[in-house]
Amino acid sequence: MIRRTLIGLTTVSALALTAAVPSFAADPQPGETLAEDQVFRYRLAAQFPTLDPQLNEETEGFHVIRQLFEGLMNQDSEGNLVPGVAESFEASEGNTVYTFTLREDARWSNGDPVTASDFVYGWRRAADPATASPYQWYVELTQIENAAAVVAGDMEPDALGVEAVDDRTLRVTLEAPLPYFPAMTTYGVLFPAHESTIEAHGDDWTDVENIVSNGAYTLESLSLNEGFTLVKNDQYWDADSVEIERIEGYVIVDDNQALTRYEAGEFDMLEPVPAGTFPRLQEERPDEANSVPRLCSYYYPFNFRAGDDVPEALSDPNVRYALSLAVDRDVIVDQILQGGQEAAYNFTHWATAGFEQPTMPMQEMTQAERDAEAQRLWEEAGSPDLDLRFIYNTSDQHRQIATVVSQMWKQKLGVDTTLSNSEWAVYLEQRREGGFDLARSAWCGDYNEASTFLDLMTTTHGSNDGKYSNERLDQLMAESKTSENPQEIYTEVEQIIYDDTAMIPIYHYALTFLLNPEIKGWPLENVENNWYVKDFYRTASE
Amino acid sequence: MTAFVVRRLLIAIPTILFLIVLTFTLMELAPGSPFDSERGVPQYVLDNLEAKYGLDRPAWQRLGLYVWNLATDFDFGPSFTYRDRTVNDVIAQGFPITLTYGLLSGLVAMAVGIPLGITAAIKHNTWLDTLAVGFSIGASVLPNFVMAPILVLVFTLWLGWLPGGGWNGGQWNYLILPVVALATSYMASIARLTRSSMLEVLNAPFIRTARAKGLPMRRVILRHALKPAMLPVISYLGPTFAFLLTGSVLIDMFFSTGGIGQFFVAAALGRDYAIIMGVTVLYGVIVVALNLLVDLLYAWIDPKIRYG
Repeated sequence: MIRRTLIGLTTVSALALTAAVPSFAADPQPGETLAEDQVFRYRLAAQFPTLDPQLNEETEGFHVIRQLFEGLMNQDSEGNLVPGVAESFEASEGNTVYTFTLREDARWSNGDPVTASDFVYGWRRAADPATASPYQWYVELTQIENAAAVVAGDMEPDALGVEAVDDRTLRVTLEAPLPYFPAMTTYGVLFPAHESTIEAHGDDWTDVENIVSNGAYTLESLSLNEGFTLVKNDQYWDADSVEIERIEGYVIVDDNQALTRYEAGEFDMLEPVPAGTFPRLQEERPDEANSVPRLCSYYYPFNFRAGDDVPEALSDPNVRYALSLAVDRDVIVDQILQGGQEAAYNFTHWATAGFEQPTMPMQEMTQAERDAEAQRLWEEAGSPDLDLRFIYNTSDQHRQIATVVSQMWKQKLGVDTTLSNSEWAVYLEQRREGGFDLARSAWCGDYNEASTFLDLMTTTHGSNDGKYSNERLDQLMAESKTSENPQEIYTEVEQIIYDDTAMIPIYHYALTFLLNPEIKGWPLENVENNWYVKDFYRTASE
Repeated sequence: MTAFVVRRLLIAIPTILFLIVLTFTLMELAPGSPFDSERGVPQYVLDNLEAKYGLDRPAWQRLGLYVWNLATDFDFGPSFTYRDRTVNDVIAQGFPITLTYGLLSGLVAMAVGIPLGITAAIKHNTWLDTLAVGFSIGASVLPNFVMAPILVLVFTLWLGWLPGGGWNGGQWNYLILPVVALATSYMASIARLTRSSMLEVLNAPFIRTARAKGLPMRRVILRHALKPAMLPVISYLGPTFAFLLTGSVLIDMFFSTGGIGQFFVAAALGRDYAIIMGVTVLYGVIVVALNLLVDLLYAWIDPKIRYG
């Protein structure tokens, strides 16, 4: 899952950052006593597959990579862009050429200076088909010149539009104006890479004894499926402002076991809390329990494939709308999830930067009114006799929600639902190939902007597994890319999805976690949940 | 005897080969791919990944190559999930951990279970017998997935004596909870098996003869009764140790030991073909070896059994 932010970027890049912009760092307040042992310990819900910034594709790994490595730009506690290895940048030629000036004192953990060629090497490596990075497509998304041809193998990686003018100047040429390009450099794929280490050790370069990194921390130990430790990197350019000396990560797969160990004081941060425990924890540990928005939406897409045994009645938008009306989202968020999630009536997550959530007609009705309307529409459509094929991946929570929803349909509309679950890989294949009427789905934003959600409903999108297709929507989303005011377009697209009931939005995610109040500096306001331990500090226990 | 061992080892080779072909076929048949993800990955990314891992070759070629690399270099290939590791790396990290707590659990289960069973048999129908039987029934209805959370609750959360998980290089205090959680139910089974088998042996004519000769009870038990009484226990221990050494998925997951079981489950769900194959072959070898060992132990204990 990748995240980039667009908050205020247009203005930032227009002004161009200068060296005068303060960097962001741990900032103890007067009256606070720092703990003797500056350590931060946290729980990981799964083992990350790799620490290679160019190969990583998931969140747990990126959390660690963000401490080990540093890109051109970082984020502050609100998700705003602050300088990283680059001390400033300038955009020219209508946001198509970006020139980054790297700070002189940026160092790799072995003492080598971090130079512009380290970025060039890293970016070429990410784009090179021989690297086989699962996030290769991210390079294409950046619109860097020739990126599409390089990732497709039609051009050599050195044709990529990035160039080291000198050791401290990196020039990037884009094919299209991209005001938020600097924000994209906060993601791991575009971090620098230490060429001689990678060439010398190949796939083993991320091993503890080989790895050379340029972030605030270095890797001290790693035991897969057990945990890892990082220690402060003295070579880091801003090492003087780094308070936390040591990071310990514990891989604990079982949520309940993780909670017990958190309660025993074994670590400082637990995410997520076990399903259904959040209200209790909020009451028992009000200073520790947090719920923040997470940019993911939970939804049930309808299957629009022709000739896929989908009941005829589902091609009537009113029938689909009736099914959507009959789902009482409040029951799901208030009684099943109970972790600060929001009932959803549109697709794009409400907290997405710059997105004004439209109020859908359904939201102005009470559930009783929705049910009445659903029944009216249902009778109008001739009360079709349906047995819906519903697929989901095996999980207690998905089962609970699907069971409740199927009950609502049964009681209000007399619709039968056959729920079938399968493990992750099988479910993904089913969803891609059809043979269902509705499928449990969720989508997490790749970056903090509404198009990351709405693009999914375009005809050709790889994850449009309901195969929904609407010409007007496709056209609008294409226009949004160069539009001065994309918000208007997004509102219209949401309206199309709603009017067609292309899907049943269920809820917008929240991230629930426990955080030891001794740890200060957690970026609660950063909706992408990109945390940098270099900005934390630990106060002494009272 | 030597001929027997050699013959058994030779049979092991086609057994393992059959295991490889079977596992490979099952994986081929399972839907899904190691590179599946919720977002539809572009085709060029899939092509690159498949080329890198050789998945673009036909199945028979991949199988042949796999067996060849295994036979010549003992090379299990790269992991599909852990991009910077090979399966050999994963086994080298996980297997010693599993071996350590599995072996310890087996030894603890035997060290407690066998004396408990013998005591119960000797003191048949006394309060000691009732206590031992009660204890072993209690322990056997507490499988490790129940024991583990109870132990963590008591010793980590309430008492704060022991860490609730992790391995820390096998430091003793990290070992106690996983070993106890895993050993308990085996201990109970061993105790009950030993007790019933011992009771049977104690009623046998040769024991009556021994006692009639005036041998002290202690000597009768140790010298005459123990060995034959152990036969059913040993046939139980063979598969049990095979199971213990190949790791308990639950213990690995619950205590975050970094042992091999957790890798196996994650690999099965994530379609990491290389790890599934590697661990299956490893398990196969262990099971074959332990079965051989049990057969040899039989011959040592029971003079009536001869292998030629």
